Amino acid sequence: MGLKVLGFRGGVHPFHRKESTQDKAVERMQAPRLVYIPLQQHIGAPCEPLVKPGDRVKLGQKIGQPKGFVGAPIHASVSGVVKDIKQMPHPTMGQGIAIVLENDGKDELDESIVPRDIEALDVDELKGLIFEAGIVGMGGAAFPTHVKLSPPKDKKIDVVILNGAECEPYLTADHRLMLENPQDVVDGLKAIMKVLGVERGYIAIEDNKPDAIRTIAEATASMPGVEVVRLRTKYPQGAEKQLIYAVTGRQVPSGGLPMDVGVVVNNVGTAAAIARAIKTGIPLIERIVTVTGGGVAQPKNLSVRIGTLFKDVIDACGGLVGQPAKVVSGGPMMGIAQYTLEVPVIKGTSGILVLTKQEAETPDPGPCIRCGKCVDACPMRLMPLFISVYSLKGDYDNSEKLHAMDCIECGCCSYICPAKRPLVQSIRTAKRVITERKRRAAGAK
Amino acid sequence: MDSLIVSSSPHVYSKDTTVRIMRDVVLALLPAAAVAVYFFGVRAALIMAISVLSAVITEAVVQKLMKKPITVNDWSAAVTGLMLAFNLPPTVPLWLPVVGSIVAIALVKQAFGGLGHNFMNPALAARAILLAAWPVYMTTWAEPIHGIVNSAADAVSSATPLAILKGLEGTEAQLPPLWAIILGSTKGCLGETSDLALLLGAAYLLWRRVINWRIPFSFIGTVALLTWVLGPRGLFTGNAIYHIFSGGLILGAFFMATDYSSSPVTPKGQIIMGIGCGVITTIIRLYGGYPEGVTYSILLMNVATPLIDRFTMPRIYGEVRADV
Repeated sequence: MGLKVLGFRGGVHPFHRKESTQDKAVERMQAPRLVYIPLQQHIGAPCEPLVKPGDRVKLGQKIGQPKGFVGAPIHASVSGVVKDIKQMPHPTMGQGIAIVLENDGKDELDESIVPRDIEALDVDELKGLIFEAGIVGMGGAAFPTHVKLSPPKDKKIDVVILNGAECEPYLTADHRLMLENPQDVVDGLKAIMKVLGVERGYIAIEDNKPDAIRTIAEATASMPGVEVVRLRTKYPQGAEKQLIYAVTGRQVPSGGLPMDVGVVVNNVGTAAAIARAIKTGIPLIERIVTVTGGGVAQPKNLSVRIGTLFKDVIDACGGLVGQPAKVVSGGPMMGIAQYTLEVPVIKGTSGILVLTKQEAETPDPGPCIRCGKCVDACPMRLMPLFISVYSLKGDYDNSEKLHAMDCIECGCCSYICPAKRPLVQSIRTAKRVITERKRRAAGAK
Repeated sequence: MDSLIVSSSPHVYSKDTTVRIMRDVVLALLPAAAVAVYFFGVRAALIMAISVLSAVITEAVVQKLMKKPITVNDWSAAVTGLMLAFNLPPTVPLWLPVVGSIVAIALVKQAFGGLGHNFMNPALAARAILLAAWPVYMTTWAEPIHGIVNSAADAVSSATPLAILKGLEGTEAQLPPLWAIILGSTKGCLGETSDLALLLGAAYLLWRRVINWRIPFSFIGTVALLTWVLGPRGLFTGNAIYHIFSGGLILGAFFMATDYSSSPVTPKGQIIMGIGCGVITTIIRLYGGYPEGVTYSILLMNVATPLIDRFTMPRIYGEVRADV
């Protein structure tokens, strides 16, 4: 482990607020009576349901098959009966179709589940297994992992980075995972490196988690080509492009992907999920969620079955304290505010924040005073103040000229703005309109 | 549960606010204000009070007339008023700061859209106009007194250190000692004479990250380098130290050139702003008609700011260079 602490230019230093859960070991939450498993839990097309109401399902049974290459199957996270297949609230998409399962409490395993050995599997078998287990990126974006692990032939991958930065305030799920299950993380890395035929692997962790750095360093001590990297604690240190720059010094080209510079990045949680799917044969049906914020009675790191309602998760943490002002799926910098607690945990749900009125303050914007703090904070070196002005005026052509499409939506600009202007929010609008226009232009041809 | 706030991320914000920044600037100016009262008497306090008050009232009245929300509690008008007072000699008639504040707020700030939209530093623009309209009032200096008990200082028309340095009046032998210049017991505008007090405030602003080092350091560095190199008795004979601490350089570099609205927002642009100010200041000081060049250097660079911003946009992360 090097003594060097690596970082990038820009970023901000929000408070951590990790104190209330960082020392709490992961508890397994008892599966609720009803789980709601959305057909879409990844970027790409939703799954086709493989079951119908009235069917009996077993734990780990595949209940949804993706329609395209970019997609991942979904599995029953409990054993029991299919109650319904219906439209319901979705944490990232507002609404979506979900399969409702009534838990019989038996956790009866599906016959397809057989433990395997990483060493014994060849590359294609590993890749197939990762797809079949429904593994998606667990840092929040939920990109299907088997797609990431299948780069086109002309892209030579030579580095794999496991992202253990967890730079979002409040969240401690990855931190606890690295402390409690270092072997899963390491085995997952091994599998990923094997699939990609890569010799160099890094596990990158922010230096505010010295215990995790130590634990992972011990677990990787005997692994050739694998190194633990200490990252400067700042937000968004875990953003893919910033992470790649900090670890390798390579810059992903504008509009490009990590594989363009020979790198594949996976979350530590994703790696652990891969290892567990191989070692136990059980697909991705459970994940660690940090449940925290001033509005929850007992903040916890909980291992939760996919499809458990936020309401049930919060109840497992002693319930609400007073009336919550805002409930966020994910971290406070990039997470998505929910309009109801009747929304299920999905594979990408890293945290449930229950914010009190005080914590959730949305300040009124004032005029831009041109302080330039957003320019200094932008990790992509954009000029948020100018892009935002154009966007708010509806002048999306000029927003695009100022590289709006390169915005990674980390929110540093809005966070730091003393006038509390909706910078990232308006840039997001510009990106959406520009993408829409391009799609229409392509369609017209 | 129907009352949950649903807004776009981020869901947390820094404690930084416009009001906090403006209050920090006022706070940072207080040591220099106190020194001004100490050296120039009660009249200094009176000028500052009138200046601040008329700036705030002007802002409120203009906003009322333009049917805009009244925002005087954001402290920005108070900052402008205080800055203007800092740029006035202690002997000015008491109606002069009133005129200056009205010009600064109504003409330079509100006419262009208010906070954040003024293309020049309002206080400096007002100073330049006052200097053109009432040159005698604006260049009549008073000997500093010690202690506020001596009531108002007497107006005497005599040389400032910069005028001496330039050889306009007196000889270099008449230069006050360096410590007097740094401490502030020299002739000059209210808020610019005490470098020590100003640097204290500047350190506070740097620490609070209200300003960054780019503009002030490149400004002062450029002046230091050029005034040393372009000395009166040939190359490398200039008295750079005197040039740094005399006149309004410290005030201008840390408090005026760093004005958000009228200075560049790009890192490179800010350095260009500083160097540009430094070059123009030096040229005016050494070869121009005025002993002091800080005001005009900043105003000139203010005008160039949009252009500087446009040509110094940072190369974004991952942007492929044109030559590759």
